[in-house]
Amino acid sequence: MRRAFGRRRAVDGVDLSLNAGDCLALFGPNGAGKTTLLRLVAGLLKPTSGSVQVCGHALRDDAAARAHVGLISHQSMLYRALTARENVEFAARLYGIPDPRAAAARALERMRILDRADAPVRSLSRGLQQRVSIARAIVHEPSVVLLDEPYTGLDAAGGAALTDMLHLLRSSGSSLILVTHNVDEGLAIASQAAVMLDGRIVRHDDCTTLDARVYVAEYRELVLSGADHEESLDVGATA
Amino acid sequence: MSEARAPGTFGAAWLVARKDLAIEFRTRTAFFSALVFAVLALCIFYFAWDESLIAPAQRAPGVLWVVLAFSALLGLQRSFGIEEHDRGIDALLVSPISREAIYLGKAIGNLLFLCAIQLVTIPALALFYNLPVGRPLLVVAGIVLLAMVGIVAIGTLFSAMAVNTRLAELLLPMLSLPFFVPILMNAAQATTRVLAERPLAESWPWLKILIAFDIVFVVACTLAFPFTLEE
Repeated sequence: MRRAFGRRRAVDGVDLSLNAGDCLALFGPNGAGKTTLLRLVAGLLKPTSGSVQVCGHALRDDAAARAHVGLISHQSMLYRALTARENVEFAARLYGIPDPRAAAARALERMRILDRADAPVRSLSRGLQQRVSIARAIVHEPSVVLLDEPYTGLDAAGGAALTDMLHLLRSSGSSLILVTHNVDEGLAIASQAAVMLDGRIVRHDDCTTLDARVYVAEYRELVLSGADHEESLDVGATA
Repeated sequence: MSEARAPGTFGAAWLVARKDLAIEFRTRTAFFSALVFAVLALCIFYFAWDESLIAPAQRAPGVLWVVLAFSALLGLQRSFGIEEHDRGIDALLVSPISREAIYLGKAIGNLLFLCAIQLVTIPALALFYNLPVGRPLLVVAGIVLLAMVGIVAIGTLFSAMAVNTRLAELLLPMLSLPFFVPILMNAAQATTRVLAERPLAESWPWLKILIAFDIVFVVACTLAFPFTLEE
């Protein structure tokens, strides 16, 4: 798959496939093309060439295929004037879930925020908004979950709830793509790890055979040798 | 997930419209700003003319359509603004509902929003300009509704196009107003005849053109909308 903005190639010849239950952690410095790749996979951007298929269906042209995808982004994608419950319930209705109210309560409970369900989103802290945003993205139990820096703004409890949720999604057969700067965080969950630089996947590993400490050192070296990206590196506590 | 079945185009459109109206009901910012503008504009127009030169009833159609067009712009401005703040639009685009359903939902929400403003503006106009109440005013309300359909169709499309630009507040009126002209022209001609208590048959040719414009704008804008979302 390729995507160009004018003459700049943001994603340049990326070819990935994930099986049910796989989790791909995607690392790379700022501007490497990670978010663009995620937006392409979500169907928010049209590829210049290539396509995204979910369960054998082209994502952009098939509404049924889009129903299998959940997206957690930098932005909360919530409506501040509505309550947490109303936001998640609205998402559940868009996906045609038979009992949207119960599904919304279930998703909020999973993210440990049911006690604030009737508070307007604008009154919640950044971390709590992020939890609501995650509840919104998983309310329809998607087969493919796309996560762009999902731990941003979460406190320890929120982070733990998210990690539990990601393990649960994997065990129930969902495939995950996790974009993060934090290598430790990504490796703790992922079954595969890939590094993106200048729109290309330059390294792709199976996490079962990886030594996290060695990987972090190699990743730092790879990124620094690729370009002047030092300011964007955050390789976690192991580094 | 296996039991889930995404709503059809009109079902999804209604969900989007209901959500927009719920947000407006909570915040009421656009409603009050459009309403205050409409009532103030009616007052200003009333006192700006010499009553001995032009009778209030003769001024009313022009005043109505100027006030209506600009108060509509105030409401349309917020339509996609609420989606941009935290990128709520992305959640809509990732969901299984069609792009056309998003457009129609936004348009229905805008139409109901503008109708709520007209519920105050038209009686206020009748009061200020001493218009005949009863049947003529009901017919005027019908003409306003017809014109609103076209105005909302165009305004919703251009609101989606303008929202991502730096000069959104300037761009929306610049893009929309030229397209409002054929609607306002026909609606004003019909309104003048109705308020002069002439037979409805005299207004009918203008209304037919108005209906034709409504159909063209609704169909064309619904089909064009998905292309405005491409980055």
